Amino acid sequence: MTPETQARIEDLVKQNKIMVFMKGNKLMPQCGFSNNVVQILNVLGVPFETVDVLADEEIRQGIKEYSNWPTIPQVYINGEFVGGSDIMIELYQKGELQQMVEVALAS
Amino acid sequence: MISPNQVEAMIQAQLPDAQVQVLTNDGEHYEVVVVSSAFEGKGLVQQHQLVYKAIQQEMLSGAIHAMAVKTYTPDAWQNVTSAV
Repeated sequence: MTPETQARIEDLVKQNKIMVFMKGNKLMPQCGFSNNVVQILNVLGVPFETVDVLADEEIRQGIKEYSNWPTIPQVYINGEFVGGSDIMIELYQKGELQQMVEVALAS
Repeated sequence: MISPNQVEAMIQAQLPDAQVQVLTNDGEHYEVVVVSSAFEGKGLVQQHQLVYKAIQQEMLSGAIHAMAVKTYTPDAWQNVTSAV
């Protein structure tokens, strides 16, 4: 990963309280796993930003290295890596995600 | 194509005490359930990272396109199975 790519990723996760690196966009997710994450955040009714990694090869590879996580989607809340689709589903089902986003948005 | 048995063996190479259940319909998309004492005291992200590490090469090469992961410590797994 180039220093420029790293700086761009850092900027994205710091500037946005809920940041999703995904395939496609909110309206047209291009993968079922990315769609899961978008649906969960939509149900919670919280504002979130997305980056389409299919349109940006540097971010697509860079984010895997940055998070030490091999798959897309990836979700950052308050600058911290939360996980991918499976973890988001699990946190949502346990009711923990609601709490995390409320804390993040209030800060 | 990678067989479920191969995936199971790769995860057990990484986590020797792991009990592993692997499901796949097409040899590219996998679902795994992993129970291991190595997960104790770790957050979900770290637990999944341990599993991903076992199949890192296959994910990078694209041989495995996607893997849904569920991780449990032995205690947590007992709670799940006794609840059913």
